[in-house]
Amino acid sequence: MEILIPILTAAVRSGTPILYATLGEIVTEKGGILNLGLEGIMLLGAYAGFAVSYSTGNAWLGIAAAFFVGTLLGLVHAFICVTLKGNQVVSGLAMTMFGTGASSLLGRNFVGFTIPGLNKIPVPLLSDIPVIGPVLFNHDALIYCSYALVFFLCWFFNSTRQGLYLRATGDNPRAADAMGISVAKTRYFYTMVGAGIVAVGGAYMSVAYTKMWAEHMTAGRGWIAVALVIFAIWNPARAAFGAYLFGGVEAFQLRLQAAGTTIPAPILMMLPYLMTIGVLLFISIKKGKGIVFGAPASLGLPFFREERD
Amino acid sequence: MDARAPSKPLVRMEKITKRFTGVTANLDVDFDVRPGEVHALLGENGAGKSTLMNILYGLYRPDSGVLTIEGKDVSFSSPRDAIASGIGMVHQHFMLIPSQTVWENMILGLEGLSSVLPKRAIRERILELSSRYGLSVDPDAKIWQLSIGEQQRVAILQMLYRRAKILVLDEPTAVLTPQEAEHLFVTVRQMTSEGHGIVFISHKMDEVMGLSHRVTILRKGRLVGTVDTASTTKEKLAEMMIGQKMIFSIEKKELQPGKPVIECASVCALGDRGIPAVSRATFMIREQEILGVAGVAGNGQQELCETLVGLRKVESGAIRVNNEELTNSIPKTFIDKGIHYIPADRKGTGLVPNMNVSENSILKRYWSRAVSKKGFIDWKEVFSFARGLVSRYNVSTPSMETPVRNLSGGNLQKLMLGRELSDSPIAILAVHPTWGLDVAATKFVREQLLAAREAGCAVLLVSEDLDELLAMSDRLAVMCKGEIMGILDSPAETPVEAIGLMMAGTPAEEALASAPRGGGKS
Repeated sequence: MEILIPILTAAVRSGTPILYATLGEIVTEKGGILNLGLEGIMLLGAYAGFAVSYSTGNAWLGIAAAFFVGTLLGLVHAFICVTLKGNQVVSGLAMTMFGTGASSLLGRNFVGFTIPGLNKIPVPLLSDIPVIGPVLFNHDALIYCSYALVFFLCWFFNSTRQGLYLRATGDNPRAADAMGISVAKTRYFYTMVGAGIVAVGGAYMSVAYTKMWAEHMTAGRGWIAVALVIFAIWNPARAAFGAYLFGGVEAFQLRLQAAGTTIPAPILMMLPYLMTIGVLLFISIKKGKGIVFGAPASLGLPFFREERD
Repeated sequence: MDARAPSKPLVRMEKITKRFTGVTANLDVDFDVRPGEVHALLGENGAGKSTLMNILYGLYRPDSGVLTIEGKDVSFSSPRDAIASGIGMVHQHFMLIPSQTVWENMILGLEGLSSVLPKRAIRERILELSSRYGLSVDPDAKIWQLSIGEQQRVAILQMLYRRAKILVLDEPTAVLTPQEAEHLFVTVRQMTSEGHGIVFISHKMDEVMGLSHRVTILRKGRLVGTVDTASTTKEKLAEMMIGQKMIFSIEKKELQPGKPVIECASVCALGDRGIPAVSRATFMIREQEILGVAGVAGNGQQELCETLVGLRKVESGAIRVNNEELTNSIPKTFIDKGIHYIPADRKGTGLVPNMNVSENSILKRYWSRAVSKKGFIDWKEVFSFARGLVSRYNVSTPSMETPVRNLSGGNLQKLMLGRELSDSPIAILAVHPTWGLDVAATKFVREQLLAAREAGCAVLLVSEDLDELLAMSDRLAVMCKGEIMGILDSPAETPVEAIGLMMAGTPAEEALASAPRGGGKS
């Protein structure tokens, strides 16, 4: 138990940026828009978060700035995918390349600096519970926000009118349109909000996790989040499980390496990816047997109202 | 018109015109609906019925014309506006979200609901409406679990739920058994008695005569006329619809069927969702005969054909072609044996829309030495082959390089038919070959199938058009829920009521015993 608690605590910390990115992408994809620009959006979010925190001395302003930058990128993606009916994969990849390049360029002057960032705020009472307390309730406030977001999204998708309309838009935009839901507005809004949440994940890296800015600091976490969306079969609670699993494996292998294990580190680092492949296999096998999963049926398809079929 | 129709219409559409690229779907069409009436909209496929109603429902914007609702000029920019004005539409392909429940579908796009959904109140209202209109449905069932008939009930409830005063039913009976259709008519009469106006789109004359108060006929996007149902006849309507005396005579030679070409023994197969779609199908198709397959759409006809060409896995049972077992062989084996397939889905399974006419014409022979040498395609050969096909089968296309997505349905079908028939097939499986075609193209396709039969080909014809099946088939298999309810040896002399009962799942003997005798023996 003594060894486990630090690993689990680290799992939550290193899983959080991935969790935000995954939740953001789930929000976007529920409406039928695929955004593969997560890596770029996270990097720009990390940059914006750091730059604004550094300049203003207020970490929360930095996070708000990251969210804002994310929504702007989401707006561009929505414009390309919804209004111009462009290819969502291409637009997303362009977003990644743009974000990677732009963040490196803009961030040159911030390399090497550190900020106070977000500090730990143990939750009174809850943090005293053995095991659960230190693992879940001895963190910074942005981690607590991610817990709330997971619960909120679960409830939002299943129990609210707007959540229902969002799912309808992603599943069958033609039907949603015929029922008077504006497909374009819905897709714009949730693509922007989703990208904003993704950017907050990036900002967590720079403002709370490392408290510094480095080029390419997300190191592929955006891509892991894309895979985790499928792993989570578009369910926010499963996304949390997946993100912490990944964070846990990362923390675990770091400690194993420190302890001088004989298992090569790359093998350990592969585990979450292997699991993702396993789950994808599982889903595609089960799909043939009549089980319906959470994938929005019209994911990645532009919607033309007057197309005749 | 009968006494209960007040003079003031609920909806009036005047001089509606709508053009799509290259097609005028509606030209100067006038149409109105009065409270308490069923107004039938009649016309062939492509006459512009659905377009006109999609304009009324705000899905399409008219290029010109005036729309008035209860005397007020309106302009709809989306279905939301139409719904707010009391217009509801039940589309041919239901606008439902398969992964969601009935009650969730019910409230899609509904204004004025609180953000946190009042599930109980919604359920209660569904149950109240469903008992009032005889539309029984489980509010908590997921759409994909429901039969087509149940989905239609959900789609109608969806409109009643939003208090639609005018309900447009787009070919509602196309997917129903005759008995289910009767049930629907009861619901429709209940709605009109409450003052709803119903637009009933159909091309089935009997239903139009039996249900409607007035009929508007469209032909090629133009208004032919509006008449009171009571003062007209089926024949007159048909004439207005087609623009000429309906000539539905097919020159079918008496032929003695030869030896069996395809034999199926207890074939079972699963549908796309993994649910059994074909169960224990046993039949044979012989040389020089057409075996018709009747049934409501989605009862396993499509899946059955797919197993016969290697496109769908046979779970159990056996398929033999000329006494050779080919169960679960790959499609190319079936093609090489001479089994050819005309799928319903012309632009999906049948042809590649973005490829041109000549490329599509060799899709099934690209490996033959005639068009390819040492792995390279001989385009000169291909073009001359395609040109031959186009002229022999009257395909009208601007050039051999035209992508087939630009061809009309009739020309697509002729091209595909030509490709399949030119390979001297021993069997042809045609699924809805005349669906959506105009009269001339329909006639051509039917003649070609009969010619194939005369040439010794075994033909399997799947259709939803019972008249077509009765006229073309030598024998008729009726399918329901994946099972062949019976194979009729002389379909033309079997009472239609019996076939209807079989389509609804009654075994052949029982159906024949309970239905009134029509012509001779069956």
